[in-house]
Parts: sequence; C-alpha cells; structure tokens
Amino acid sequence: MGLGIEEREQIARRAAREVASGMIVNLGIGIPSLVPNFLPADTEVMLQAENGVLGIGGSPERGKEDELLCNAAGYPVSAVKGASYFDSGLSFAMIRKGLIDITILGALQVSRTGDLANWLVPGKKVPGMGGAMELAQGAKKVVVVMSHTDQKGRPKLVDSCSLPLTAAGCVDLIITEKAVLSIEDGKFVLKELLNDSAIEDVIRTTDAEVILDEYFS
Amino acid sequence: MSIFNKTVDLDAAIADVHDESVLMFGGFGGVGSPPSLIEAILESGVKELTVICNDAGFPEIGIGPLIVHKRVKRLIASHIGSNPVAGKQMTDGMLEVEFSPQGTLAERIRAGGAGLGGILTDIGIDNKTVCENKDTVMLDGRPYLIEKALKADFAFVSAHVADEFGNLTYDKTARNMNPLMAAAAKRTFAEAVTIVPTGELDSEHIVTPGVFVEGVVQSEGVKWKWAWE
Repeated sequence: MGLGIEEREQIARRAAREVASGMIVNLGIGIPSLVPNFLPADTEVMLQAENGVLGIGGSPERGKEDELLCNAAGYPVSAVKGASYFDSGLSFAMIRKGLIDITILGALQVSRTGDLANWLVPGKKVPGMGGAMELAQGAKKVVVVMSHTDQKGRPKLVDSCSLPLTAAGCVDLIITEKAVLSIEDGKFVLKELLNDSAIEDVIRTTDAEVILDEYFS
Repeated sequence: MSIFNKTVDLDAAIADVHDESVLMFGGFGGVGSPPSLIEAILESGVKELTVICNDAGFPEIGIGPLIVHKRVKRLIASHIGSNPVAGKQMTDGMLEVEFSPQGTLAERIRAGGAGLGGILTDIGIDNKTVCENKDTVMLDGRPYLIEKALKADFAFVSAHVADEFGNLTYDKTARNMNPLMAAAAKRTFAEAVTIVPTGELDSEHIVTPGVFVEGVVQSEGVKWKWAWE
C-alpha cells in the first residue's frame, strides 16, 4: 500500500527534527521534499540540490516561477540570501567531500547493517542511480524515509538487501509510518513508535532482529 | 572566421554532425539543454548517435525527442526515469544505456576536458553494475574504481550570455554539466540567450573561457512546455 498524505506528512515532520541549525542539507524526491514545511522558522540551514544550487528557498508563487531555477526533481524553487550556483562537478565535489551534513532520501530496502538499495528493481523499472550513490556514500548522516513495507506488504527493513545496493553501510536512521529505527552495531534499534503502532507490529513487519531502545524497557 | 567573431547560424553549428557522431548535451531534466540546437539536429535526420547527457530528459523536453525519434543508439547518463520512452527502448534492446553515477559522470567529462585519462573514485564500489568491466586499484589501503574520461565529437551547450569570442556565462541551475562539456569535446557550439560584443562581459563573471568554444549560436528559446507547468 502506498502511504496517504497524512502519513507522508507525519514522516516528513519527524524527519525535520533531525535537521538542526547550521546544517547543510540535501533532500531527495518525494517525502523528503516535504521536510522544509516542518522546519521551525528560526532554523538556519542551507539546502543543497545536486543540480547545482546551495541555498534553496521556498516554492515560488504560481506564475512567478523561474524555469531555470529548479531543484533536482525539476520543480521551480527560489533562492535564499547567500545562495550560489555551480556546475555538476563542483556540486558532487561538496557531496563526496562530506560537506553535506544530512541527506534525507527514500529507499526500496535497508538492511540491518545500513546497506541501502534505492535505485533499481531488476527486471522492472531501471531509472538509473542519478546522484544517489554519492549522497549515500558522502553525506555525514543518511536518513531514510519510506513506507515500512512495500506495496505487496513485504518488509523493506531486511536482514540483507536482495536488490542491488546503492551503497553499503551508509544508513544511520530510518523513519517509516510505524516507527523510527536507528542502525547500531549491525542491528535495527527501535527508537520511537509513530501513528499509535504497536511494538509487536513493527517487529512482525521487519525482516530482521529489532532491538528495543532503553526507552521501551 | 575571426576568433573574435565566432557567431554562426544553427545550420553551420550542426553541419558536420553525422550518423554515429558522439555528442554531449548539457542539461538536467531539460533545464540547461540547448533547445534550438537539439531541434536542428533532430530536423537534420542524423541517427545512430552516441549521446552523453546527465539524463534522458522528458519525452518532449531536453534531449528526450532525440530518443523518442530513435536517433540515439547509445546513451551515457546517470538517470533515464523521467523519459519512459528511453526505458522502453532500453528494455526492447533498441537503446544501449551506460549508467554512470551523476558525480562520476560529471568528473569523467571534466577529465575529458582536462586532458586526463580518467579518475579514481570509490563511488559505486558496492554496486555490481557500476563495477562491471572496470579495473580497481588500491591506494593508501583503499580500493578505487578507474573511471575512464569521456570525450565527444561535439558538445552542444546552453549558455546565458555569450560574447563573440565564445566566452560564456550561465543562468542559475541551467549551468549543470554545460561548462564541463564545453571543454570535453573536439568541437563545442554554445547556444546563448544573448550574444554581446567581445569585451562586454565582466572577465570575472566568465565561467567558460572562449578558447573552448568554436561557435556561438543565437537561441530561439525553449518551445517545450515544462513538466511542472
């Protein structure tokens, strides 16, 4: 089942709490793009997009879009004070060098060791990896926002990814409509429950061992 | 032709493109792709092209129409998800696609324009598709892939203001791969919104020095409708 708008917003609201003043932030397509809506007004961050801008602002008013000022999803954005534009080489230089403090992105599967698969389902859609590999390997913190299970109800948090990897051991935190889980020493650690979900439900729909954070004991 | 007046018309800019040429096009989802040059190449009827571009555009945006009209046999890109026709042609065996991670693609093009043979990177080292047919070297105890430089017969780039010597500036996120590609082809033609006499651009603002550019073409503007419109 795909997530409803309320669940998507709830995940984005929770993900926004991972963003703190002073951070350089890169947001993926989909739920991650909703995150800025939930940042407190006094949060001082610079949003980077890999198509070549550091300092993305809010969506422009209808009719005032600049077709040459877009985010990586191709949607018109605005620029904040101090924004800069650069070519794709320099854009990925900042990503690989580790200057992105946090990236928030979607995933198809995440393993208990933090392996990320988010670019390809063999035999089905082959969209290409875009900039996902650099972001997953290069960002200081990788937060995955996704549905807890896939459209057929199969777990997306798994013991080991069956889909081709974007990058190994890169994920730090996973936020789903059911729960927030971190990855610690090769295990999923349940940190929070969302949406009134039950611990048993999270364990049942996760295809790997789930350790309960001390908060639950 | 004087190096101080490289202004040419569209037909002259694409005159030597032929079947099987290797072409680079700037642009990211069509933003910063040169619309008039792409249209002229489409109308010229050349086919069996190898195209290097960040992505496959959308069916009617950017380089998308070149794929839709079956002019491309091989595409080197980081992403084709926004152009379902490219995906279908790839599945049907009509279009060969080499995927390169976006930053690696950019650096391979940069290397091509910088007289280098390739780059070393650990991006994609955990992915079989990326590692396929590539050598690995150990450097300071860590493995790196050898990624070969990319060059082209022609680069077609989109600029904001060009001067008659071929110095180029770009406009916001329309810059993307354009400056890298401008340097990486044997022959580079830039389509510009505005062309000014040499000397009118502030030298500090020039992004691509004219030495990389063979010809400057007046853009006729974007005729496609953007996906978000």
